[in-house]
Amino acid sequence: MKTILTQLLLVGLMFVVGGTVAGDRISLPKYPQPVGERCVEPTDIMRREHMNFIIHQRDETVYRGIRGITARHSLKDCIDCHTGYDDQGKALPINAKGQFCESCHSYTAVSIDCFDCHRTTPGEVNRMRQFTAMPK
Amino acid sequence: MEASEKMTGQSRRSFVKRTVAGAAVASIAPGVVLHDVAQASRDPGEAVTNEIRWGMLIDANKCADGCTDCVTACHKENGVHQLGRPATDAQWIRKVHLRDKQTGKEYGVPVMCQHCEHPPCVDVCPTGSSFKRADGIVLVDKHICIGCRYCMMACPYKARSFIHEDVNDQAAHAPRGKGTVESCTFCVHKVDAGEGTTACVEACQHDALIFGDLNDPDSRISRELTKYPSRQLRADLHLNQGVRYRNI
Repeated sequence: MKTILTQLLLVGLMFVVGGTVAGDRISLPKYPQPVGERCVEPTDIMRREHMNFIIHQRDETVYRGIRGITARHSLKDCIDCHTGYDDQGKALPINAKGQFCESCHSYTAVSIDCFDCHRTTPGEVNRMRQFTAMPK
Repeated sequence: MEASEKMTGQSRRSFVKRTVAGAAVASIAPGVVLHDVAQASRDPGEAVTNEIRWGMLIDANKCADGCTDCVTACHKENGVHQLGRPATDAQWIRKVHLRDKQTGKEYGVPVMCQHCEHPPCVDVCPTGSSFKRADGIVLVDKHICIGCRYCMMACPYKARSFIHEDVNDQAAHAPRGKGTVESCTFCVHKVDAGEGTTACVEACQHDALIFGDLNDPDSRISRELTKYPSRQLRADLHLNQGVRYRNI
């Protein structure tokens, strides 16, 4: 029962985020399931605040050199978990149609600038993985 | 203001560390000075401080003719793809060839961002995008770079490149995109991971490049610098670069 309530709440939140009530006309975003046990923050917080998290993290990383385990809101880590793969196991760009970032951003009609510069798939070598532990 | 305090201020942790180290020195017999062990790596999550100043020493005698391993390694490491258009392709590092007109002796050395203590690129940047990190590494914050290229004109070493075309397949640790300026980062992602080296240094088979902490008297680069003379390019500009050259 509790799970159903939570799901209802989440669906409700999607409407708020999307700014639409016509849920039957515009289908909710669909995107590949992420890997990993859990996200760095609860889903509802991530939905509303992810842009604030990453814009804060970018300054910490660029100016203060904070990378690795304490770079909790690293865009690189988002991509590592949320990338979808095709049948051959090839990573699909996270901003490609139907992928994690694009699906919601298209739904909410917000453009993304991140991927003008940032890599859209997990890198071959994730140098900081050695420092990265599962968030608590 | 806040940003500059962040960059130059030392963390409480490093202050405590230094204080403790100072106490240890005091307890040793007079005349015996203990240097703090080289802190080439810091804990992940601890901000960079000015306790370290990264630098490089390049020996022209050891740099082999025709060898461009450092250039190749740099561009591979940082995802700087060459498009076969030399006029506009980005160069984070390049081999500069010199010829002595009197003797005909030819030699070459790699030239990249010299990581000045007083970087002209930072002076001229209208957005604050070009900046020097507390540990002496000069970088571009591409989030706020508007691509005006003042820094490219200000740099005496032609170290910076402008990205003219859309970029794909960047390295995950080195974002780069059209309309921004970029240059050597001293492989900041490797430095921050505690590796204490750069791709060009790792690639050099002739031991012509040495990377290390100029503030640490026991680092290899500091010992080499005190052993034999070295030069900064255009030292008359008083920029106090982190990159030094020998035998040029």
